[in-house]
Amino acid sequence: MDIWLIQAFNGASLASILLLISLGLAFAFGLMGVINMAHGEFIMIGAYTTYVFELQFSGILMRTETHDWGGWFIGSMIAAFFIAGLVGILLEVTLLRRLYGRPLDTLLATWGVGMILQSVARQVFGAQNVSVGRPMWLSKGFAWLWTDVNDAEAISALKPFWEIIEGVRLPYTRLFIMGVVVLVVLLLFYYLRRTSAGRRLRATMQNREMAASLGVRSRSVNAITFGVGAGLAGIAGSVLTLIGPVGPTLGTSYIVDAFLVVVLGGVGKLRGAILAALIIGMFNIVMAKFLIDLDVEAAATVAKVLVLLLVVAFLQWKPQGLVQVQTR
Amino acid sequence: MLQAKNLEVYYGQSKILRDVSLVVPPGEVVCLMGRNGAGKTTFMKSVMGLVKARKGEFILGDTSLNRKTTGQRSRLGISYVPQGRGIFPYLTVYENLLMGFESCSPPRPDLAIVAEMYERFPVLEQMRHRVAGTLSGGQQQQLALARALVSRPQLLLLDEPTEGIQPSIVMEIEELIVQLSREMNISVLVVEQFLDFARAVADHFYILETGKIVEHGEIDIFTDDLAKKYLSV
Repeated sequence: MDIWLIQAFNGASLASILLLISLGLAFAFGLMGVINMAHGEFIMIGAYTTYVFELQFSGILMRTETHDWGGWFIGSMIAAFFIAGLVGILLEVTLLRRLYGRPLDTLLATWGVGMILQSVARQVFGAQNVSVGRPMWLSKGFAWLWTDVNDAEAISALKPFWEIIEGVRLPYTRLFIMGVVVLVVLLLFYYLRRTSAGRRLRATMQNREMAASLGVRSRSVNAITFGVGAGLAGIAGSVLTLIGPVGPTLGTSYIVDAFLVVVLGGVGKLRGAILAALIIGMFNIVMAKFLIDLDVEAAATVAKVLVLLLVVAFLQWKPQGLVQVQTR
Repeated sequence: MLQAKNLEVYYGQSKILRDVSLVVPPGEVVCLMGRNGAGKTTFMKSVMGLVKARKGEFILGDTSLNRKTTGQRSRLGISYVPQGRGIFPYLTVYENLLMGFESCSPPRPDLAIVAEMYERFPVLEQMRHRVAGTLSGGQQQQLALARALVSRPQLLLLDEPTEGIQPSIVMEIEELIVQLSREMNISVLVVEQFLDFARAVADHFYILETGKIVEHGEIDIFTDDLAKKYLSV
């Protein structure tokens, strides 16, 4: 039982990261018909942003010898959003804008851009993976606030997870990531439903010609939307530094699953993406665990293959995905 | 108000509009008629810039529209209600109305104008929080008209406003168009196949046949013979 609780938690954790990544892909494909293979590199940009922040700004942003309040980390998440977003806007304005209506060309072109960005990262930061530290409230929990920092024994007794029941340990980092994703999704809902920019975006998605006829500047809608999607991937990259090393190919490993989320969820629907991310995240983890119990070799890989096959089968039945957009 | 001069439009190699010239005088209603496939909708789209003309010119007031984008044309005071109404199906009725302000500068919603539209189309107020895709055809048409009017256009383009709509609402739309031109001095270009409607609202008519204007004039000279010759199927 405990084992399955842990798996469910890990599944939800993977799902939350996949969701953050796939939102940008879904926007780009739903609004502009762009298949963005460089999306993984926005993740990478976000992760390196956090790395650079730790190197350069942790001193001035709430970190001392004994205390790390993590101001640099929060700051780096915000910076990751804007830096990745700007790179996204730049990509849209200089390249993608010329390729609308040719999805296959966008696939090839963005793939090339992705490789260029990876090479640049390799030149600047080296091919070696780097790692990023954690704020104290993630490595020790909030208990460090009332623990004497000079008492080495007491500090080292603080664990980086929350043990809800005996044997079920939930790492603070993963809880934090889930919290960030929930917050981002809520903000995104607000942006889409309550702001005029969000209204323009939805109108353009539903009927581009009509939106243009009403005076919507669809070029800037495209650029901003693409930028927001890239920025979300940047945030994903930033939080991914908490659970693994940072390297030039960081984004690549997530991008395939993120595409699966987009096609399974149905293009252009936030609810579909949320549901699909949960399903794929859960399935991946639970299936892998199940296969390990059955003594299957390379269980994680086999699980991925099975998830892929299931999605393909599902799309045969419902080609439009989980949440369908009806058009008249 | 609007002048089209020697317009030629192609889809790929095939010529859809041949040397079309047309005038919509200020504050008057012009009806564009013709059989299916004659090029009426293409003409409307080319006014909006959704279809590019290969030759010829559009002039609005004294501004040439040729180098203007679709958005700029709408900001110059042209509102377009396309065939099939073009409402945003997943936006609410209220949000659809707000989209009408996009062509104003600055594009800020004016709630007094929204209230005025609710007064004119009470059904929209009742339905204001409903998703527009769930409205009936007639309600959607009223929504599309209201959305086109909130920006206070100089020129209104209506593509088959009576298509698939119950007679009582057709009557309302008829009255509305007459009122718009008489009282608010809005010029209207309307594509219509329904003769009684055209006769009731229009001051002038043009008939398109396979991309060419074959007859035009005051609506008084639009006889049943002409209708039989060019419009009967």
